[in-house]
Amino acid sequence: MADYIWLIPLFPAIGFIVNGFFGSRMSKDAVSWIACLAVFLSFLTSVAIFIQFLQMPAEARVFEINIYNWIASGELSIPLGFRIDALSIVMSLTVSGVAFLIHVYSIGYMAHDPGIKRFFIELNLFVFMMLILVTGNSLLMMFVGWEGVGLCSYLLIGFWYQKDSASDAGKKAFIVNRIGDFGFLLGIFLLFLSLGAQGVWTLNFGEIQKNAHLLNGNLAYIITFLFFVGAAGKSAQIPLYVWLPDAMEGPTPVSSLIHAATMVTAGVYMIARLNFLYSMAPDTMLIVAIIGVLTAFFAATIGFAQYDIKKVLAYSTISQLGYMFVAVGVGAYSAGIFHLMTHAFFKGLLFLGAGSIMHAMSGELDMRKMGGLRKKIPVTYWTFFIACLAIAGIPGFSGFFSKDEILWKAFSSPHGHILIWLLAALTAGMTAFYMFRLFFGVFYGDCRAPEDIKHHIHESPQVMTVPLMILAFLAIAGGYVGIPHLLGGTNLFDQFLAPVLGGGVHAEAASTGFGLVSSAWASGAEAAGEASLEMTLMIASVVTALIGIFIAYLLYVSNTKLPGKFTAAFPNLFKVVNNKYYVDELYDFVFVRGILKAGALLLKVVDIGIIEGIVNGSGSLMQWAGGLLRKFETGFVQQYAFGMILGAIVVVGYIVFAPLF
Amino acid sequence: MLQEIPTSYCYLLSAIVFVIGAVGAITRKNAIVIFMSIELMLNAVNLVFISSGNAFASLDGSVFVFFVMTVAAVEAAVGLAIFVMLFRLKGTVNADEVNLLKG
Amino acid sequence: MMGAIGFKLIVFLVAALVVIVSSLLMTTRKNPIHSALWMIVTFFAMAVIYLLLNAQFIAVAQVMVYAGAIMMLILFVIMMVSLDNGAQNEQKKFPVNFAKKAAGALVVTVLLLELMFGALFYQMTAKVGSYPAEAVSSLGNAKTIGTLLYGQYLFPFEIASVLLLVGIIGAVVLSRKSK
Repeated sequence: MADYIWLIPLFPAIGFIVNGFFGSRMSKDAVSWIACLAVFLSFLTSVAIFIQFLQMPAEARVFEINIYNWIASGELSIPLGFRIDALSIVMSLTVSGVAFLIHVYSIGYMAHDPGIKRFFIELNLFVFMMLILVTGNSLLMMFVGWEGVGLCSYLLIGFWYQKDSASDAGKKAFIVNRIGDFGFLLGIFLLFLSLGAQGVWTLNFGEIQKNAHLLNGNLAYIITFLFFVGAAGKSAQIPLYVWLPDAMEGPTPVSSLIHAATMVTAGVYMIARLNFLYSMAPDTMLIVAIIGVLTAFFAATIGFAQYDIKKVLAYSTISQLGYMFVAVGVGAYSAGIFHLMTHAFFKGLLFLGAGSIMHAMSGELDMRKMGGLRKKIPVTYWTFFIACLAIAGIPGFSGFFSKDEILWKAFSSPHGHILIWLLAALTAGMTAFYMFRLFFGVFYGDCRAPEDIKHHIHESPQVMTVPLMILAFLAIAGGYVGIPHLLGGTNLFDQFLAPVLGGGVHAEAASTGFGLVSSAWASGAEAAGEASLEMTLMIASVVTALIGIFIAYLLYVSNTKLPGKFTAAFPNLFKVVNNKYYVDELYDFVFVRGILKAGALLLKVVDIGIIEGIVNGSGSLMQWAGGLLRKFETGFVQQYAFGMILGAIVVVGYIVFAPLF
Repeated sequence: MLQEIPTSYCYLLSAIVFVIGAVGAITRKNAIVIFMSIELMLNAVNLVFISSGNAFASLDGSVFVFFVMTVAAVEAAVGLAIFVMLFRLKGTVNADEVNLLKG
Repeated sequence: MMGAIGFKLIVFLVAALVVIVSSLLMTTRKNPIHSALWMIVTFFAMAVIYLLLNAQFIAVAQVMVYAGAIMMLILFVIMMVSLDNGAQNEQKKFPVNFAKKAAGALVVTVLLLELMFGALFYQMTAKVGSYPAEAVSSLGNAKTIGTLLYGQYLFPFEIASVLLLVGIIGAVVLSRKSK
């Protein structure tokens, strides 16, 4: 079966083509079901390959197949090829599984939208590109998928393109991504050239891994840093996160699939895939971890002051992505992928739940206009509750296992640091707080909605609630594949990914990077293996989360006047946080206006002045020269004859006088 | 025995007649007179040919002059026909009136 | 003294003088008919010079073709075209100031000097041909030229005839009154 790995991306591609060409002639239902079927077949293929993997010994779980020799130029040979190993099968299962559930959900959610066929076509294209990204066997294949998902993100964010805000958001996403992609490309070029200088011309992952030792330390730093720039763009880390909140202009299933579960995780996947390079560059790993934790904290603070439910979830996504980067930054690659998977479940569920809430509230997004929905939309209420518990990291739910592993590794890994752990743990508490602020605000209290909307509140149809329930189940059960040793489990997830990701932390000498902090602070080898310390930290993080939930309960259920008083007491602080710290405005002022001004200057000086000047100038030069010459053409024959006589003088003079010299 | 005429005298005469013809071609405004000046220039050239033929005991000069005369005759016919047409068009054969090729 | 100078030379000098004077007069007369008449005198004088240069055939041709046919043609056209003795046809459009006259005179003088220099001092380097004057006269100038024309120079001769034909047709076509 593993010979057929190319089927995994093929099914959505076929769905895209069939729907694309014949969709206009088919009914709405046919298009939807073809799209769902395509993704489902992809999922089944992934499951089949996974089962086959389980029956094989761990070292043999790598399949590579090259379909077509795409680029053959001199020494360089880049085929169209796919690679399935433990990492890509996990990603492929997650992507195709969650995508299938969201496709089914979309049948209900987008039922009344006139562009539903276009929606499914673009969604299938997205799944195709994402699967190429995760199953590609070379950096170039991954880049093809990378760009493809960026394109689909643009198309789907701007799905309701008649709205200016939506098309602007699509453009913003694409342009900010492009900045990251520039870094990614530079990284690819540098890697290619550096390996090539040693005689190895390849972009294939397996080959790179075999030859990575040929790169010297400095090159590894630069290359991994450039790749991280690309990851920061796609996965919305500081400073390139600004597109993700705006991407909420797209339909909610899009936000769920692309901007929560799959596309934004591509950066994490990329770093995990290249873990052997990152292990050679501890300084870059430190940068990754620092930016990850700062992003997590920063985005969580913004989430405190947002009223739009999708925006809260967007900042929550940025924050959780920060956690994943912390994980890969401290060397806990499988922990990062584990959190990626659980996050796909509970964040996907949260967004779908938000969509269900919006469906009940006739499209209303503002938290302040909701409330008291608990009894009216029970399925949504319970699944949302489960997802919130998962994201808060309450024991028993999947988020607990993955987040806890990240926190532990942040503390104990040789690349980790106590400050990183501290900030991450604090952010965990904050996450619990703002998620339950959202939860209590929407489902508890009195219903603050206007009358006409109140009457229409109804539970979503089954085609929407069944995926919610399946995801809720996964949000609970998905974590049990990664039960840590501490609690008696064997961490199957870590073991499964070990051949690819190296069993987590690399036992290299810890470099605390740039000499910023003295090694007295580095929590290195002494901490690893201390079971009681691990238990203490685990309890600490759970307690922080519970405190967060309790504060949220206080503020939004028992004493609902308190938040108002707080806002009144610190109006400026509130305003700054509510406006996302004015980062967008800063970017606009510095970069956008700067580039526009530079463009205008270039237009005036170079385009109009120089280039048009040259073109028009040569024209007017010719005209002037012609005007000069025109004076000879008087039309009077005798003047022409006079000219001939002058010529005759010259010729005769030459003939007569030349022999004398 | 009658002496031959020195060739250089003939050339000199030819040069003078040629320049007279050239001046006439440029200066006069009546088209017919311009034409006659051009014929004068042709005659000067004919003289050169004949005197050269005489100097080198060759009849090539005469043969060439024969052809020059032929061409001059044709040119006269056609050119005068053009002058007639010009007169019909413009009512005058003043060379200054005819600058249709201007520009 | 007279014999030393040579009879031919005297005739040549007289004829040359006539040529120069009449050509000068030709280019300066206001009345085109007068110009034409002086042209005829010039042609006759040239014919005399040709005779002195042993080109009898050409001399006769000169009188017949130039002084006869061409000048007659010109006279006819002058009479057709000139309305008031040519005064109207001599009006200049642009007045010629002194500077232009001086420049023109300079140019013409340069040309004349160059040509005279060449005429007097240029070394001719042609080969001597095989038709000395006595031999030709004994055979007959016209006959010899005829032999040449129909022998060595047949092709240009035929072409010349075609040219004449074209000229005839052209002249007729050009001067038709359009209907």
